[in-house]
Amino acid sequence: MYDYGFFSFESKADFLRRSEEFWNPDKTRFWQDAGVDLVIDRREGYLFWDMAGRRLIDMHLNGGTYNLGHRNPELIAVLEQAMGRFDIGNHHFPALARTALAEALVATCPPNLRRVIYGSGGGEATDIAIKTARHTRQRRKIVSIRKGYHGHTGLAVATGDDRFSTLFLSDRPDEFVQVPFNDLDAMDEALRGGDVAGVVIETIPATYGFPLPEPGYLRSVKQLCERHGALYIADEVQTGLMRTGEMWGVTKAGVEPDIMIVGKGITGGMYPIACAVVSEECSAWLKEDGFGHISTGGGAELGCIVALKVLEICGRPEVRSMVHYISDRFRSGLSAIQELYPEWLVGIRQDGVVMGLEFDHPQGAKLVMRRLYENGVWAIFSTLDPRVLQFKPGLLLGPDLVDEILDRAAVAIGQALGDAASSPREAALR
Amino acid sequence: MSAALIDATVPEPPGAPRARMMLDRARWAATAFATFDRERTRRVVEAVAEAAYQNAERFAIAAVEETGMGVVEHKRRKNEACSRGIVERFAVGDYVDARIDAEAKIVAVPKPAGVVLALTPSTNPIATVYFKVLLALMTRNAVVVSPHPLARRVSVEAVRLLAEAAVAAGAPDGCLQVVEEPTIPLIEALMSDRGVDVIVATGGTAVVRAAYRSGNPSFGVGPGNVPALVDATADLAKAASCLADSKAFDNSILCTNESVAIVEVRVADALARELERHGAHVLDTAEADRARAALYPDGRIETKLAGKDAVALAAAAEIRVPAATRVLVAPFPVIVPEEPLALEKLFPLLGLVRVPDAARGIEAARALLRIGGAGHSAVIHSRDPRTILAYGAAVRVLRVAVNAPGSTGSAGLDTNLAPTMTIGTGFFGRSSLTENLHPRHLTQWTRLAYNSDPAEPFGDFAGLEPWSVRPEPAPVTTALAQPEGELTRDDLRRMILDELRELVGG
Repeated sequence: MYDYGFFSFESKADFLRRSEEFWNPDKTRFWQDAGVDLVIDRREGYLFWDMAGRRLIDMHLNGGTYNLGHRNPELIAVLEQAMGRFDIGNHHFPALARTALAEALVATCPPNLRRVIYGSGGGEATDIAIKTARHTRQRRKIVSIRKGYHGHTGLAVATGDDRFSTLFLSDRPDEFVQVPFNDLDAMDEALRGGDVAGVVIETIPATYGFPLPEPGYLRSVKQLCERHGALYIADEVQTGLMRTGEMWGVTKAGVEPDIMIVGKGITGGMYPIACAVVSEECSAWLKEDGFGHISTGGGAELGCIVALKVLEICGRPEVRSMVHYISDRFRSGLSAIQELYPEWLVGIRQDGVVMGLEFDHPQGAKLVMRRLYENGVWAIFSTLDPRVLQFKPGLLLGPDLVDEILDRAAVAIGQALGDAASSPREAALR
Repeated sequence: MSAALIDATVPEPPGAPRARMMLDRARWAATAFATFDRERTRRVVEAVAEAAYQNAERFAIAAVEETGMGVVEHKRRKNEACSRGIVERFAVGDYVDARIDAEAKIVAVPKPAGVVLALTPSTNPIATVYFKVLLALMTRNAVVVSPHPLARRVSVEAVRLLAEAAVAAGAPDGCLQVVEEPTIPLIEALMSDRGVDVIVATGGTAVVRAAYRSGNPSFGVGPGNVPALVDATADLAKAASCLADSKAFDNSILCTNESVAIVEVRVADALARELERHGAHVLDTAEADRARAALYPDGRIETKLAGKDAVALAAAAEIRVPAATRVLVAPFPVIVPEEPLALEKLFPLLGLVRVPDAARGIEAARALLRIGGAGHSAVIHSRDPRTILAYGAAVRVLRVAVNAPGSTGSAGLDTNLAPTMTIGTGFFGRSSLTENLHPRHLTQWTRLAYNSDPAEPFGDFAGLEPWSVRPEPAPVTTALAQPEGELTRDDLRRMILDELRELVGG
């Protein structure tokens, strides 16, 4: 009997059965079939425990949502205090916490970004960014990166992989053009018509397995945007908040975006909100019709208060220092593992604590994911390139836990190599 | 703004989360530092000592300004002794290199403690910061300094300066940090944090006791209350000169300064005259009463007068003294607990008690140490080795300055004791530290002990270096990957192609 007070289940099997029955049959089954029978129960710091009691180190962090760890005590304290006076607020009125966060967030951004528009999640923030770009440039077309990922809401989903847009008949190839990453010729080709409102681009495409932008690529994209009258929309959901060792990955890349999308980690997994930070030019509709985008939960004030604390924590010099140490330790530790299996772990993509491990098998990351799971580490494969494992350590890890992760990874990667020998190499659908 | 509209108090003392994060950062730095070899360590230590030395005077001035205690010139001297003096005294390699004992078939590999939490006092703020920082760096420890709130500004500035020098010389980023807004609850929270490997506490008894209560390994030191026995064999002129200099040194703010001169009666008047020749003013009974009342109101030391000079003390006690007066000498009859003049002096007031002979003098010294200063230090002026040894055997302290000033003698400036700002008071003084703090206290050793069977040969370790075995993250302060701000060749090529394309009418 698992009695959680608010609800209870007879057993893990009972829970999984109900999950299939009342929630999501395919997703529930998918993980069982993948050998990952994970049901996350207790969570703390960079650890969580399966409901059966097994301890796992979180190297997925839901794309940086748990950047500062699960249930970060500082964020819990802030949220609890905030609830003593605030709730999500009223989206029609000027709001105290929304304004306070906007001011603080703008202060961390490139100087051309001036205002914050709130959504309740990264997809909505992407929709806001696209709508804003369209209004600003009075053009309809949006260019995105093939295998890019910006969420599943109405417009955002159309920028992403077919798998998610066609399922809901939401692909709009006439309005949403996709080009390969790191291909400036293709980008130029897509923009040259002068009919593109904006290019939405992850600084390092996460769901595609973190292929690193070639040196100068992002800046060249920005130049092409300027040349052809398109806006540069930086999706910083997974590369922002110190994950690259700087507050925003896009500024580290030397680009001043016109719009920046922030989500996930901004509220540390405590009370979700997301943000589109826009330039003065892109603020036009906010002056013309401020009710143009309405979102009841967007910029919920409780989330804003948590986000203020997240920004403060991420801005501490101690955090910057630790991110450097953590990324250096992973770089040297993973290189040592690569020396053991040079033909198997064929690529280490890394910028700070944004990492992708590339394996020489079309489903390699799934094999490694499964073995890591057995060895007590949770890291997820890249949905849009299952050769690549997303390997995402938190900002506040200590040396002992990092060494433990590397120990476990060395074993799991070796075991997965054995599995690969007996796994069919044809690419699966997902 | 009026009363807060929201209760933003946290269950922890203000600043605690940030300070804990400093410990996390220090942990990374310590991990990297622990793999440094002798040469890298030496570079860091020497650079920091040099930066400290170069700024000895500047921080002496700032410390006196901020705390209102002590004498600039003397603080400068202490700062110099605790910078270059430390480097001259200890060899870095002793705490980094493996020691090979072929006879015993044992290899000992030194390991740092890890993260040191160093509490520093208001009385000797900079010298103590220098001292603890250099000892920690020499032994490859990361250190977080928590300064006394009364000396906060100057201490923070000094640690920042040393940290910059350390990192510039290749030390791991974050190996030297400072708590910028220290408060008592914050310091207590830090002391009990599991991120601390050892606390080195200098300060009041309360802080030291808290360190020992914290559950973390600690070196805390107790207060002094120094007896100075002057027997009939002493060179009185020299004894008077030492006593006066010691009391005037930094206005007696070092806890090693003499509290009471215990003098054989047959030389007492002569010593008093000699003291006057060295700038002391010997109080009459009425003046001594006024001094007692003003300097020990309610039988407790007036901390506002700590580190003030003799003229200021005299003014506070409404005693007229010549402007050049360096020391006030207050005769009193007997060392008993209810006598305020038998308490610790943190100002240039010296008690004076006459005793019939040296044996009674030793008993009087023991009486003084029962009142305070157990385990700390004592002074003797004598030319009779029997008396000196009997004194040393009888007094419950761990160092006795012989024919030397107490302030600078027990602190290692005028004796061959190692210079220190942390006087271990031993078990007498409720401390685990039974000598002046030394680099070895921040080092631990892994001993590789071979089978003692003569058939088992000892390995040949000559030329082997333990610290290249496992490289740790290098200290880093710059950007992580190559930023895109720099134009690469590919970049340029692409831009040229772009331009060409435009020209061709793309």
